[in-house]
Amino acid sequence: MTNNLLEVRDLKTRFHTPEGVIHAVNGVSFDLPEGSTLAVVGESGCGKSVTMMSILRLIAIPPGEIASGSAVYCGVDLFKISESEMERDVRGKAIAMVFQDPMTSLNPVLTIGRQLTESLRVHLGMNPRQCQKRAVELLELVGIPEPVNRLHDYPHQYSGGMRQRVMIAMALSCSPSLLIADEPTTALDVTIQAQIVELVKSLREKVGLSIIWITHDLGVVAGLADRVVVMYSGFIVEEAGVDDIYEDPRHPYTIALLEALPRVDRRRGSSRLKAIHGAPPNLLVEPHGCPFAPRCEVAVEQCSVENPKLLQVNDGHKVACWVDVKTGAPR
Amino acid sequence: MIDSKPLVNVEKLTKYFPVTRGMVFQKTIGNVRAVDGLSFTIARGETLGLVGESGCGKTTAGRTILGLYPPTSGEVRIDGENLVKAKGRKLLAIRRKAQIIFQDPYASLNPRWTINAIVSEPLRVHKLFATDRERSERVKELINLVGLSPRLVNRFPHEFSGGQRQRIGIARALASDPLFIVCDEPISALDVSIQAQVVNLLEDLQDQFGLTYLFIAHDLSMVRHICDRVAVMYLGVIVEIAERNDLYENPLHPYTKALLSAVPIADPRKERARKRTILTGDVPSPINPPAGCRFHPRCPIAMDRCRSETPEWREAGPDHWVACHAV
Repeated sequence: MTNNLLEVRDLKTRFHTPEGVIHAVNGVSFDLPEGSTLAVVGESGCGKSVTMMSILRLIAIPPGEIASGSAVYCGVDLFKISESEMERDVRGKAIAMVFQDPMTSLNPVLTIGRQLTESLRVHLGMNPRQCQKRAVELLELVGIPEPVNRLHDYPHQYSGGMRQRVMIAMALSCSPSLLIADEPTTALDVTIQAQIVELVKSLREKVGLSIIWITHDLGVVAGLADRVVVMYSGFIVEEAGVDDIYEDPRHPYTIALLEALPRVDRRRGSSRLKAIHGAPPNLLVEPHGCPFAPRCEVAVEQCSVENPKLLQVNDGHKVACWVDVKTGAPR
Repeated sequence: MIDSKPLVNVEKLTKYFPVTRGMVFQKTIGNVRAVDGLSFTIARGETLGLVGESGCGKTTAGRTILGLYPPTSGEVRIDGENLVKAKGRKLLAIRRKAQIIFQDPYASLNPRWTINAIVSEPLRVHKLFATDRERSERVKELINLVGLSPRLVNRFPHEFSGGQRQRIGIARALASDPLFIVCDEPISALDVSIQAQVVNLLEDLQDQFGLTYLFIAHDLSMVRHICDRVAVMYLGVIVEIAERNDLYENPLHPYTKALLSAVPIADPRKERARKRTILTGDVPSPINPPAGCRFHPRCPIAMDRCRSETPEWREAGPDHWVACHAV
């Protein structure tokens, strides 16, 4: 039995806006065993990014509010320590994050070297010579050719894929134990995406990282994750090992997502794609019943009354649904 | 359903964008060769997919085919009419038959116009109805056709979600009864659950009106689903064209092979067992494209010949065209 590196319990994050309260994350709990890779899958607005931002306390308060919950990292509740401890010991050092858009996450007027060494100076107090040496090592690690020369380049001299490599190098600079990657390949071409995925896989083995990979693309994480969490409207609706999610999905939303996705390795079947009708719910409205019920094909009366809890259905497989999709019978 | 006589005929189409230096006395110091000699046809009722990495020129190709960019050279014939030479009223008449759906549903609708104004613009441009009343009746019909409520026609774009906006863009493209629509990455800005809705809508409309599509995309899984034939583009040129299952199951060009092997499959067992051809590096600059075969610097099987000699475009199998020395 491995230890859990991160344990999140009952996390609720809200945003107070002029239009009302946005219920972004509504009681999310999950564990991340040390050395494992967790994929968090969901559409835009499902709360997957807000969950991770909340854990790192990167939510602007106000308008944001972490209404309840805990995030225990190596025995320390990240919501209980001071902001300065968070800054000094956690962000960028113990837990690092890579963002979606490599075009906007780098400062265009500072050299790559300057940006890459910032956390080395801040967190590790390295002198310029040590910084330079480590920066070259890091660029080599992420596969950037001629790292010594490229340190003096500016972000616009790098391509999108190279910038994302730099972002990963920056994230790894203080040897974090957890890397949170928020849609790191969404802005990239498939060929570059494949390069980045291979890079992360090799780094995972080389430096022993635990990874949380946020994505909307069920394809990308199939070859990468150990476990998958599916989110909808701020709730976790299903959580399982990677094989179970794809081969034995139990939540109607997961099933619908997989069916809506055409497969590159299969001939087109009889006819149309199976679309999920309707649109994701308005987060301004307090959730009432199961959030997926209005779009669900197997919904029963109970679904619009009470939100089902995330319950264990199999070993390591949790589902929040009133209906057993295998038998069609209510649970 | 598919007529043998092509509706769209593109021949040796090129589009260069000049790179200039100097403010007053501008001097052209080079050309971005965004589209560098495209030739293909699209049959009536057919969907041709155009795929490639960003920067390969697929969007420029789509726009040049419609005359939104004046081509540097080459010919485009739509329904027998030469779009490149046409001017004035004749050009307007061709354009009525050829429309476009843009990638970004947020940027392609004027935020200060109502849906009625947006969708009726083609009707006004092409003077299709005599009165405003008739036009707004047509708009309601179109809005209904794309699955939105006609009651919404007086609203503004910001009141709609991304998927709904893309439906409005589709309604606008349909307004002038076109024969041919360029779909420029119409679903890449949408969520997975909404993508399928829009793709199904496009297919329904194709069946209903016998439309011909050029479907530009980088999502190879969706392209396999929706397209009849697929063209693979690299750095301004087409490297392979084939019927979809032929292309996906029997790719000949090393670039097509690499592209397909990079597409993730939503099946963990298959993913783990997969052997990938990972392309190194990025797409080179189209200002100075590599000599010989443009793919040779990244090609895993490049030979000496590839560095100097441009491969010939030839039919390697029935309706399977490829440009590679190694095939």
